[in-house]
Amino acid sequence: MEQLIEWIKQPWPWWVAGPLIGLTVPTLLIVGNKSFGISSSLRHFCAACVPAGIPFFTYNWKKETWNMVFVLGILIGGFIATTFLANPDAIVVAEATQQDLAALGITDYSKLLPVEIFSWENLLTGKGLLFFVIGGLLVGFGTRYAGGCTSGHAIMGISSLQWPSLVATIFFMIGGFLMTHVFLGPLMSIFGF
Amino acid sequence: MKVADKNKNVAPVECEAPNMQGKSEKLLKYLIIGVLFGIVFVKAEIISWFRIQEMFRLQSFFMYGVIGSAIVVGIISIQFIKKYNIKTLSGEKINIPTKEFRKGQIIGGFIFGLGWALTGACPGPLFAQIGSGFTVIIVTFLSAVAGTWIYGKFADKLPN
Repeated sequence: MEQLIEWIKQPWPWWVAGPLIGLTVPTLLIVGNKSFGISSSLRHFCAACVPAGIPFFTYNWKKETWNMVFVLGILIGGFIATTFLANPDAIVVAEATQQDLAALGITDYSKLLPVEIFSWENLLTGKGLLFFVIGGLLVGFGTRYAGGCTSGHAIMGISSLQWPSLVATIFFMIGGFLMTHVFLGPLMSIFGF
Repeated sequence: MKVADKNKNVAPVECEAPNMQGKSEKLLKYLIIGVLFGIVFVKAEIISWFRIQEMFRLQSFFMYGVIGSAIVVGIISIQFIKKYNIKTLSGEKINIPTKEFRKGQIIGGFIFGLGWALTGACPGPLFAQIGSGFTVIIVTFLSAVAGTWIYGKFADKLPN
């Protein structure tokens, strides 16, 4: 039993995590005829809290409560994994990535997210504006405009062989590559790194 | 938030006794699936900003392995469900909505990609990051809700 706990505490390899995530697709379908998708929850939060008479948010969001319960579960799962099953060691990141990030001023690998960026002290600074506010706006606006995120398009959509989802996924990647290789460095220096 | 309060006040009228129990029971399973899913996200370090950087810098196979194997398992599962005409637990026919092609998948997809590389998170990991104690991500989450709202506000004026 102790060995099992020790094993669980290690970071899980991709060939364990990927198939488990993939199994969410049939699980949700069989359990309640639900299509795997997470960004829709953001829409339901809008519909529930600030619909403001906008047609896009005027629907019976209560029927979609399962989706909000599901994401609440993800939050709780994050808490459980971090509180009880955490890996005590620093995260192992590719050498080449560490070199690239050092050039951007990111050198702290003690947590899963770099504390140089993701801390409350940065909230009211340019850093917070860039990573929390602008980043969040892009994620929320983009996923809804695209009609889904990595779960809804890349996993659920491609799994059900729908080519529009493949198109969306290709453009997720193009946006990500462009941000990482072209915009990230200049943006970080503009916003105070 | 005012509207939410109003809804809360209205809610009990719709949730009268007999249905209520069944309904909450039904939702519990989604909570459990979500919890398991959140644990996988953290334990495989998918919620890490560093993993997303490795992915977009093509310096690690890890995230490609995760997403690729998830898709393979998803494809096999759905083919299996279709071939054997598997029903839901309550006996319904399984329904997979068709995704129509729209320009939004290109423009919106691209915009999301920009945000994905910045925040290091798609919407799912956002929730797991908050649960993991990175409470400042609540701000990212609220911004993402705001971004969704802005899309909804201008949806009919955007090319689609």
